[in-house]
Amino acid sequence: MPVPSVSARRGASEHSVVAEGLTKRYGDRLAVDGLDLAVRRGTVLGLLGPNGAGKTTTVRMLATLTRPDGGRAEVGGHDVRREPALVRRRIGLAGQHPAVDEIVTARQNLVLFGRLFHLGRAAARARADELIAAFTLQEAADRQVKGFSGGMRRRLDLACSMILAPDVLFLDEPTTGLDPRGRGEVWDAVRGLTATGTTVILTTHYLEEADRLADRIAVIDHGRKITEDTPAGLKRAVGGARIEVVVADPSWLPAARRAVARVARGEGPDTDEEALRVHAAVDDEVAALTEVARTLQDEGTPVADIGLRRPTLDEAFLRLTAAGGAA
Amino acid sequence: MSALSWAVADCLTLVRRELLHMSRQPSLLAWGLGFPIVSVLLFVYVFGSAMDVGDGADYVAYAMPGMFAMTMAFGFTNTAMVMAVERDRGVLDRFRSMPMAPSAVVTGRGVADIAQATLDLVVMAVIALVIGWRSDGGFLATLHAFGLLVLLRFALTWVGVWLGLLVPSIEAAGNLFAVAFPLGMVSSVFTPPHLMPDWLGFLAMWNPVSSTAGAVRELFGNPAPAGDSWIEQNALLMAHVWPVLVTAVFLALALRRYRALSD
Ligand SMILES: Nc1ncnc2c1ncn2[C@@H]1O[C@H](COP(=O)(O)OP(=O)(O)OP(=O)(O)O)[C@@H](O)[C@H]1O
Ligand SMILES: [Mg+2]
Repeated sequence: MPVPSVSARRGASEHSVVAEGLTKRYGDRLAVDGLDLAVRRGTVLGLLGPNGAGKTTTVRMLATLTRPDGGRAEVGGHDVRREPALVRRRIGLAGQHPAVDEIVTARQNLVLFGRLFHLGRAAARARADELIAAFTLQEAADRQVKGFSGGMRRRLDLACSMILAPDVLFLDEPTTGLDPRGRGEVWDAVRGLTATGTTVILTTHYLEEADRLADRIAVIDHGRKITEDTPAGLKRAVGGARIEVVVADPSWLPAARRAVARVARGEGPDTDEEALRVHAAVDDEVAALTEVARTLQDEGTPVADIGLRRPTLDEAFLRLTAAGGAA
Repeated sequence: MSALSWAVADCLTLVRRELLHMSRQPSLLAWGLGFPIVSVLLFVYVFGSAMDVGDGADYVAYAMPGMFAMTMAFGFTNTAMVMAVERDRGVLDRFRSMPMAPSAVVTGRGVADIAQATLDLVVMAVIALVIGWRSDGGFLATLHAFGLLVLLRFALTWVGVWLGLLVPSIEAAGNLFAVAFPLGMVSSVFTPPHLMPDWLGFLAMWNPVSSTAGAVRELFGNPAPAGDSWIEQNALLMAHVWPVLVTAVFLALALRRYRALSD
C-alpha cells in the first residue's frame, strides 16, 4: 500500500485532528453544535462532559462512523466526509463496550483484526504476538475471552484498536466499569502509546482520568465546547488555591479573619464557625501563606491548622457545566 | 490488490470468523436444529397416522421436504439476531472504522449463512434417512432440490440482515421468531393448502416457503399431488423466482439500512 508517501506529506502538519463548526442534529435536537477542535500530534485530548453532552457523537463523527450535518473535520490529514477510507487507515477506535469476540481466544481476535486491516497471514500473527506482549496478555493469549476480567478485556480491545499503530486513537470511556486496578492497566497502555507519537482523543466521566492522562481537556455541554485548557489551567480558571486557617478556640476567629483578610482576593474571607475555619481565595499562594503564618505568629494566635487547598477537577467541572447549562 | 479483490478477501475473512464461531459453539447448532427435529418427530409419529395428504401418499415423504424448507425459512431469525448483537456490542462500529471493504460485513453474512444452511441440511437429511425418508428423484434432481433449499435460505438472509439492523434492541431481535413462525406454518409445510380455509389456503399457496417445499417434493419424486392452482402447479419455477425477487428487494433494503448506520 502506498501509504508512506501520503503520511510523509502530511507529516508536516502540526495537528492530527482538526474540527471546525462540527454539527450533528438528531431530530430537532443538536447533539453537537458547532464544535471546534485542534489536537496537536502526539498529545491526549480529554473530552469531558455530563451525560448527553455530545462526546460520543463527536468521537463517532471523527471516526467516520456518523456523518456530520455541518462543519468539517480532518483526521490524520484527511477529510472525514470526503476521504473516509483514508481516515480509516490512520485511526483506531475503542468504543464504550469492548468489541471483541467472546468465544475465541485473545490471539484469534488479534489475528482476525490483523487480517481485516489487510496484514498478510504471517504479519498478522507477528503483530498479534507483539501486542500480546505489549499489553501483558501472554498468559491469557490462548484462552477464550469469555473468562477474561474487565481489565484484560479492555486491554485486548485496545490492542485490537491499534493493530496498525494508528496516528489517532479514539477511546470512548475506556475505563467505565473497571476497578482501580483495571483502570491503572488501561492508563498504562494509553501512556505507552502516546510515547510512540499516537494522538489520543478520549472521553471520560472520571476527572481523575482526564487529569492523569490528558494534555488538554475540552469541557463539553449541550454539544458545545465550554472551555478548553490544560488540567492545571482548568483548575486555576475556576478559582486558584484557597488559604485555610483553623483555630483552636472560637475566640480566636476574629484574629484569624483579620490575618486572612490581608491576603484575600475579592470579597474577603469566609468563616465556618462550627469548624473554626477561616478561608479565602488568594492570588499569590506562597506569599499569602507566608504572610498569614507570620501575622498569626507575631500576634500569638494559636493555630490548629493552616494550609493551601487547590480546587479539584471535580469542582471545576461542576462549576463549568452548571454555568454552561444556565447560559 | 484491487478494491474488488480486497472486498472478496475481507468477505472470506469474515466467513472464516463465522465458521470459527460455529466450531466453538456446537451447542448453538444443536439448539437451532432442535425445533425442526422435534417437529419432524412430532408430526411424523404423533400426527402422521392421522394425516391424510391425499391419494394415500406417505406422510413422511410429504412432510420431510416441508421440514427442510421450514428450517431454511426460520434461519433468518438467527441472521437477524447476530446482526443486532454485533451492532449493539459495537462490533459493526469497529468494522466500519477499519479500512476493510464496507460491503464485506453484508456479503460475509450471506456466505456464512450458506455454510450454516448446508450444515443444517446435512444434519436434517441424516435424521430423515434414519426415520425412513428416501429421495426417489435421482442424484441430480436431489442435488437440485437441496440447491433450492439453500437458495431460499440465502434469499431470506437479506431479510434477516435488514430486520436485525432495523430492530431497536437485541431483545426485539429475539422476538422475531414470532414473525417467522407464521411464515413457516402458513404454508404447505405440514398440510396441503387446499385443506385449509380458503383465505388461509390462499396465503399458504403464495408463501415462498410453499413454492420451495412444492418444488423440492417434485424433485424428490414425491407422489402427493400438488393442488391445481397456478402457483402450486408452477412450484418449481416459483422456487427459483421467489428467492430472486426477495433477494432483489431485501438486499437493497439491507444495504440501505447498513449505510443508514452512519446517520
Ligand atoms: N443515534 C441517535 N439518535 C438520536 N439521538 C441521539 C443518537 N445518538 C445520540 N443522540 C442524542 O445526542 C445527544 C448526545 O449524545 P452522546 O451520546 O453524544 O452524548 P455523550 O456525551 O456521549 O453522553 P454519555 O456521557 O451519556 O455517553 C443526546 O441527547 C443523545 O440522546
Ligand atoms: Mg457517550
